[in-house]
Amino acid sequence: MVLIYAESPRGKFKKTAFEAVTYGKKLADLLGTDCAALTLGTLTDDAGGLGRYGAGKVYAIADAALDHLDGQAYTAVISDAARQLGATVVILPNSSGGKSIAGRLAVRLQAGLVAGVNSLPVVEGDALRVRKPVFSGKAIAEYRMVSAVKVLALTGNVIRPEETGASVAVTPLTAVVPAGRIRVKSVKTQTGRVPLPEAEVVVSAGRGMKDPANWNIIEELAESLNATTACSRPVADTGWRPHHEHVGQTGIAIRPNLYIAVGISGAIQHLAGVNSSKVIVVINKDPEAPFFKAADYGVEGDLFEIVPKLTEAVRRFKAKN
Amino acid sequence: MKILVCISQTPDTTAKVSFNADNTEFNGAGVTFIMNPYDEWYALVRACELREALGGTVVAVNVGPASNETVIRKALAIGADEAVRIDAEPQSAGFTAAQIAAYAQAEQFDLIFLGKETIDYNGTAVGALLAEHLGLPYVADASRLELQGHTATVERDIEGGVEELEIDLPFVVAAAKGMAEQRIPNMRGIMMARTKPLKVVEPAPYTEWVQTVRFELPPAKAGVKMIAPDQMDELVRLLHEEAKVI
Ligand SMILES: Cc1cc2nc3c(=O)[nH]c(=O)nc-3n(C[C@H](O)[C@H](O)[C@H](O)COP(=O)(O)OP(=O)(O)OC[C@H]3O[C@@H](n4cnc5c(N)ncnc54)[C@H](O)[C@@H]3O)c2cc1C
Ligand SMILES: Nc1ncnc2c1ncn2[C@@H]1O[C@H](COP(=O)(O)O)[C@@H](O)[C@H]1O
Repeated sequence: MVLIYAESPRGKFKKTAFEAVTYGKKLADLLGTDCAALTLGTLTDDAGGLGRYGAGKVYAIADAALDHLDGQAYTAVISDAARQLGATVVILPNSSGGKSIAGRLAVRLQAGLVAGVNSLPVVEGDALRVRKPVFSGKAIAEYRMVSAVKVLALTGNVIRPEETGASVAVTPLTAVVPAGRIRVKSVKTQTGRVPLPEAEVVVSAGRGMKDPANWNIIEELAESLNATTACSRPVADTGWRPHHEHVGQTGIAIRPNLYIAVGISGAIQHLAGVNSSKVIVVINKDPEAPFFKAADYGVEGDLFEIVPKLTEAVRRFKAKN
Repeated sequence: MKILVCISQTPDTTAKVSFNADNTEFNGAGVTFIMNPYDEWYALVRACELREALGGTVVAVNVGPASNETVIRKALAIGADEAVRIDAEPQSAGFTAAQIAAYAQAEQFDLIFLGKETIDYNGTAVGALLAEHLGLPYVADASRLELQGHTATVERDIEGGVEELEIDLPFVVAAAKGMAEQRIPNMRGIMMARTKPLKVVEPAPYTEWVQTVRFELPPAKAGVKMIAPDQMDELVRLLHEEAKVI
């Protein structure tokens, strides 16, 4: 069977959990086997709802000791459940939480691991062929996993959550939760916008903005598109924008449906973090800016004129649709 | 304090990515190799800062062939006290982690640093694998680490925020931006690096479960469609009707 760890930071599922279940269901169909989801800790969301995304069964270990991520405690209970349920494939999102446990699970389950998979595997007897982006999105690698148990960590935004089934009853599981060694003191999250790694639309700006005070036009464009804002590295390094907005090879790698780059030249290290976006729009006054080569749509001209016009056009569109 | 820093070698960030004739290996011809930026700028520098403040030793470890020694010497020039090279071509994250674990097991490090990911194979995997082999806690994506005696305060980047953690030594941590500021090695560092110990150890046996089949380049973009600056309604229409992203 295919077991999906459906993460629920602070008691709620995020899109990553629905993506992982959708992916797990499709893989289970390819393998001709069942698909089950596992949740950990106290939930405010309904775990049974994972059935709608294709989980045939939902197991819950509702122990408050699992309310905060502790890699060792999580690994112990997930690997026990995987063994008990006879899982041959364990799927989890390659999120900040997933990265903390995927490798541990692989060691514990004596499994092969591929982190960052971006498409459904091809089944070859007992082996799986999986693909993932490498060289910061400049290439794709194909691997063949030959272990009896396999762990796959799924990149975000590569599969759309699909509601194909109905809610199911939740089966409680009891587990021995080892004492965690990581004490969580506080969690600070920005409210409002969708976090960058999960955003479907991103408006990003660079040094072409000239001054941090000019960012209001970027905020307004983002607002009109319900988008998350991002920036190039020099802009974050000089403190014009917060570090968590820095995308690229040394910042966050993202793959939104739409990436709008404003006043960013498109240096190779910047492109490395954004070239997996589905559609790229570039606004730049320099027709030679390398970013145009990576773009789907381009607007050549002064961003200070173009961005407000684009915002108005988006607003007109949204008012009609 | 005895600190281990795992350093990897990667193609330069501007390197052209291409593969050999049957697409099974990266083509390194004409490519400059560097220390993986997360390992150099953040993990190694923070490790050196802690050693400077608290005393002790920083050991840099690399799994790789002899040709990696230029990058290993750079780690020594930046401030590592000694280096270990595990003499094997890294085959997979699983292989690399098992090799580092086999070496580190006997050494009793107080703290083990990695970078948050390599910019070539982008595994984001070695840290958790290594920590599980060693039975130690692991913090991924750490953007700050302060030590007070035996206890560390660590900030971990999470989607849209940060989590502040407290954790006792020993543990494994993967460094992200914010952890430290890049250091350029100075002349004295470069001179000293030549005489610092660089030990070569044999790899441990390993069963590979993840075989590399082949690489390919992503399909080329169709080419950019230029829109005049006064045609923003048209751009929005295209994004809606043609690209279907809004
Ligand atoms: C090892 C390494 C890692 C790196 N990692 C990253 C990374 O992760 N992310 C990243 O972003 N960078 C990274 N960089 C830096 C990268 O090489 C570039 O220097 C950086 O991306 C440039 O930022 P920018 O495009 O904002 O600025 P610039 O290159 O200065 O570009 C500004 C652009 O704005 C345009 N412009 C100016 N005024 C206007 C106007 N009025 N209207 C319209 N357009 C205008 C200009 O034509 C220009 O194209 C890295 C570099 C190195 C060496
Ligand atoms: N060949 C290697 N030798 C030593 N350390 C490595 C090697 N490969 C990866 N690492 C370490 O593991 C981290 C994460 O790598 P990865 O899992 O490949 O993204 C890197 O930032 C390094 O700190």
